[in-house]
Amino acid sequence: MSLSHFSAVLLFSLFTSVVFGITQRAEPNKMIRFGALCFAIFIVGTVAASWAMSLIKP
Amino acid sequence: MPEEADRNTGSNHTAATSVSPNLALLAAWLVPGAGHLLLGKWIRAALLAISIIGMFAIGITLSGKVYTFNTGEPLDMLGFVGDLGAGLLYFLARMLGWGQAPVLVTVAEYGTKFIVVAGLLNIVAAVDAHSLASGRKPS
Repeated sequence: MSLSHFSAVLLFSLFTSVVFGITQRAEPNKMIRFGALCFAIFIVGTVAASWAMSLIKP
Repeated sequence: MPEEADRNTGSNHTAATSVSPNLALLAAWLVPGAGHLLLGKWIRAALLAISIIGMFAIGITLSGKVYTFNTGEPLDMLGFVGDLGAGLLYFLARMLGWGQAPVLVTVAEYGTKFIVVAGLLNIVAAVDAHSLASGRKPS
């Protein structure tokens, strides 16, 4: 099995966000919203960190 | 009296379930999602099981490393603790010799992290099952 960097990030973010959503909130609606927020933060944070590393590369 | 105490402390305790919190914790640690299944929350149980077992399986198929008990490298010790969080999945991987080959490809590092994080997420899920069973988490 081989994954690209981005597909690995997507899978990691998806699974982690599902668990965070279920465990950190008590009501289903809030679970979905918190899970979606975590997923977005993971993806945006990873892309931003990737660009930052690219820009500071000597 | 407990309700009055809760009101005074501002906490939000609800009635505990008939399932023992320690049993829910143990079941959830051994089998991802089993704690929530015992508590009748089967949708959450299925989602947790798919997520945690999926992460662990992807980690193994990416040729990730499964840590063994050691007292040498501190980071390896932490990796072992993280892996152990996956419960029976960890022991299954050890019995079948998964994750023992030397890391040779770049994505294997990702695999190693997937396996550790699957274990850590399972610990979070097990604590959640304990909180639900004890009534500390309302629903």
